Amino acid sequence: MTPLLQVRGLTKRYGARIGCADVSFDLWPGEVMGIVGESGSGKSTLLNCLAGHLAPDAGRVIFDTRADGSRDTVTMPEPERRMLGRTDWAFVHQNPRDGLRMGVSAGGNVGERLMAVGARNYGGIRATALDWLGRVEIAADRVDDRPSSFSGGMQQRLQIARNLVTGPRLVFMDEPTGGLDVSVQARLLDLLRGLVRRMGLSAIIVTHDLAVVRLLADRLMVMKSGLVVESGLTDQVLDDPQHAYTQLLVSSVLQV
Amino acid sequence: MNDYNFAYLDEQTKRMIRRALLKAVAIPGYQVPFASREMPMPYGWGTGGVQVTAACLTPEDVLKVIDQGADDTTNAVSIRKFFQRTAGVATTEHTGEATLIQTRHRIPETTLHEGQILVYQVPIPEPLRFLEPRETETRKMHALEDYGLMHVKLYEDIARHGVIATAYAYPVKVEGRYVMDPSPIPKFDNPKLSDSAALQLFGAGREQRIYALPPYTTVVSLDFEDYPFEPTKADHACALCGSAESYLDEVIMDDAGGRMFVCSDTDYCATRRAEQDKSSAKI
Amino acid sequence: MYVAVKGGERAIENAHAFLAEDRRGDPAVPELSVAQIREQMALAVNRVMAEGSLYDPDLAALAIKQARGDLIEAIFLIRAYRTTLPRFGSSKPLDTGAMACHRRISATFKDAPGGQVLGPTFDYTHRLLDFKLMAEGEAPVAPVAEPRREPTPHITEFLNKDGMIEEEAQSDAMPPDLTREPLELPADRALRLQSITRGDEGFILGMAYSTQRGYARNHAFVAELRIGTCSVEMEIPELGFAVEIGEVTLTECETVNQFKGSKTEPAQFTRGYGLVFGQTERKAIAMALVDRALRWKELGEDNSGAPAQDEEFVLYHADNIQATGFLEHIKLPHYVDFQSELELVRKLRAGVPEALREAAE
Ligand SMILES: Nc1ncnc2c1ncn2[C@@H]1O[C@H](COP(=O)(O)OP(=O)(O)O)[C@@H](O)[C@H]1O
Ligand SMILES: [Mg+2]
Repeated sequence: MTPLLQVRGLTKRYGARIGCADVSFDLWPGEVMGIVGESGSGKSTLLNCLAGHLAPDAGRVIFDTRADGSRDTVTMPEPERRMLGRTDWAFVHQNPRDGLRMGVSAGGNVGERLMAVGARNYGGIRATALDWLGRVEIAADRVDDRPSSFSGGMQQRLQIARNLVTGPRLVFMDEPTGGLDVSVQARLLDLLRGLVRRMGLSAIIVTHDLAVVRLLADRLMVMKSGLVVESGLTDQVLDDPQHAYTQLLVSSVLQV
Repeated sequence: MNDYNFAYLDEQTKRMIRRALLKAVAIPGYQVPFASREMPMPYGWGTGGVQVTAACLTPEDVLKVIDQGADDTTNAVSIRKFFQRTAGVATTEHTGEATLIQTRHRIPETTLHEGQILVYQVPIPEPLRFLEPRETETRKMHALEDYGLMHVKLYEDIARHGVIATAYAYPVKVEGRYVMDPSPIPKFDNPKLSDSAALQLFGAGREQRIYALPPYTTVVSLDFEDYPFEPTKADHACALCGSAESYLDEVIMDDAGGRMFVCSDTDYCATRRAEQDKSSAKI
Repeated sequence: MYVAVKGGERAIENAHAFLAEDRRGDPAVPELSVAQIREQMALAVNRVMAEGSLYDPDLAALAIKQARGDLIEAIFLIRAYRTTLPRFGSSKPLDTGAMACHRRISATFKDAPGGQVLGPTFDYTHRLLDFKLMAEGEAPVAPVAEPRREPTPHITEFLNKDGMIEEEAQSDAMPPDLTREPLELPADRALRLQSITRGDEGFILGMAYSTQRGYARNHAFVAELRIGTCSVEMEIPELGFAVEIGEVTLTECETVNQFKGSKTEPAQFTRGYGLVFGQTERKAIAMALVDRALRWKELGEDNSGAPAQDEEFVLYHADNIQATGFLEHIKLPHYVDFQSELELVRKLRAGVPEALREAAE
């Protein structure tokens, strides 16, 4: 079996400041990788480099494409990368406003990716959209409403439906539960866990909340000042942290 | 106006426009930027079409100018007069006799033949403009064939109104590649865009864009399988010539709101009536 | 029996005749001469030259007369005429440092070589209607000062000497030409300045004003505003040297703006620049502010989302000839597209149950 994603020496600087440096790892099909670290540690920078939203200064991101096998997504032409972005990849933003079209109905939001890859049957698109709204626990009678009339939790669930509708093979999530209050977070996490397990999704989840990775991630990478300081199986890292920074991170969470 | 060059524009400018036209013909449906000149009529009144016409005209051409399908609407009269004065070319109202037809908002009813050029005046060439106002973004969307948003608009129409609620400037896809704005022709005219024997050229002066459909180009109106494109018109026959096939204008007849429907294509209507008079005279 | 409307041609001719008669006004009142407009409506003439992008006071005055004082219409006439002119070449860059100034002020230094010269300004007039002007009379004579012989140095040069202001990048590259190539974005500064200098005075003023009110504030001081004449030189290939081909009056405004800097880079003021044909002071100052706002990217500033920072928004909407044409075209016939929309709305209404339709009305 080949890894779904092979990352080698990925580095991104903002002028003199380091965004992330020399990050390498493999992600296997069906695996969920968590990236944790305090605010400013480089998690979003790394995720955006992986997803093709930011151009890294160095390094390779080899993705096992459906059609042509392993391809470096850093050097592939923009049209191909965008195509991956609408088919094999999905990206869930922390702020649902960044990932939704606020002026388009819930059904249209979910249907967009289907239409972008050639779906041309209105009835079929609508049926799929309704099915997905159900899966993310949004009532069918909201299908023609705009997300601006939804609560924060509903917006985030809609964003997830919009992303998963085309059956992506790799989902990037940046703080998917950030900005939601605690009870809403719990429901969303539950939903995400169900979807990930049922669909056998591979995912990379960035968060500063260790509860999120404990629930969702198979493996963890801990970042500090742009560098990966520790990685391993989630339970191992959380229960027996080796690096002093991880220890601090774990203990500070446990105190909360 | 004898101090001006043939067809008003200087030869340098015409050459620049012809280059843009050649590129446009080579990449059907692609919007070619061109350095639109200031013309002696306002932007939005056909300056793009006028520049394209000026770059294509030869002294042997026979020119027809229509606006809303009619030869005698004021702006059509004004543009025709401009070319009579600056190019001295022959003009006609008969679609079949014209070698070059400049139009605003209509495609003539009479089928065009090989060797004819149809020049459209275009206000907003960008079919994605009202979904995405930024030119820098829409150009990227065309380059990457990123057209999902276009169908989202159609989806939203059906979700809200039960039909695709676009009646004119109905977007089309050209040869399976570029999504194109056919200018504000009623969607009734869209089928005539495809597979036409004539060369179709589109000029947007203010927006500085030229695009083209070479003869026999496949042009498909965007739709859904279960909500197919429908080229609709008023459900009447022309009150003057009786045609049930042509696109109709609605005319208000009296204070009580009485109305009648007549052909928007004045040449088509007049020709039919002349033939009817002839045949009734024979009887 | 209905007869289709005919006679567009005659209607147009009659409209033109009516217009010509109205243009002249009451024949009992003496006709304005082009020279009168050129001499006595000089600021209108200047605006028409600036936004028409053609330096010819006589033609601008003629255009104002023909346009019945509608300056945008006059600018339009000039632009359309300009299109037909052959291009013989381009001048050498103007040296505004050698300008013979008849007005020159600085808001940043109380005094500097060359001094503060108020010149013919409205600035300190009390805006009271002067009823004396209703009567014809002799022109008042203004006192005359000894003209300055040596060139008047730019105020920003003094700041530049100490490195207090960013260095203006020197380039001998041929700037792009807005009137010969389609506007494509991103635009470099030279192209932006071209667009703004011929942009609508009202639009540029509004944009500049918005920066002052906090929409991308750039904190401008007028380092210098100068108005005067500059000679225009052109390289003549046959001669092998440049000759003076004329003189133009220009207004130049240089602003000193919000400084930049960091721990590693010493703080420095930044610049905005305005240069406009004729005595067009309001426009030149506004131009400098808008120029500065549009430079946010190269200066490493944040995009605050303000309209004046949005190059695409400013450049695509500054031209009043484009704007007025498109605005006014909606009065042209739109029978056909309106008809198609009419059919559509009828169809949509037919699909809604009667009861709902009545409720909506
Ligand atoms: N656009 C940017 N320009 C400059 N520095 C940035 C930019 N984005 C992030 N950084 C810096 O890069 C580092 C990593 O940021 P980020 O990836 O956002 O971290 P995290 O997602 O872990 O909070 C931080 O020091 C941050 O200040
Ligand atoms: Mg982050």
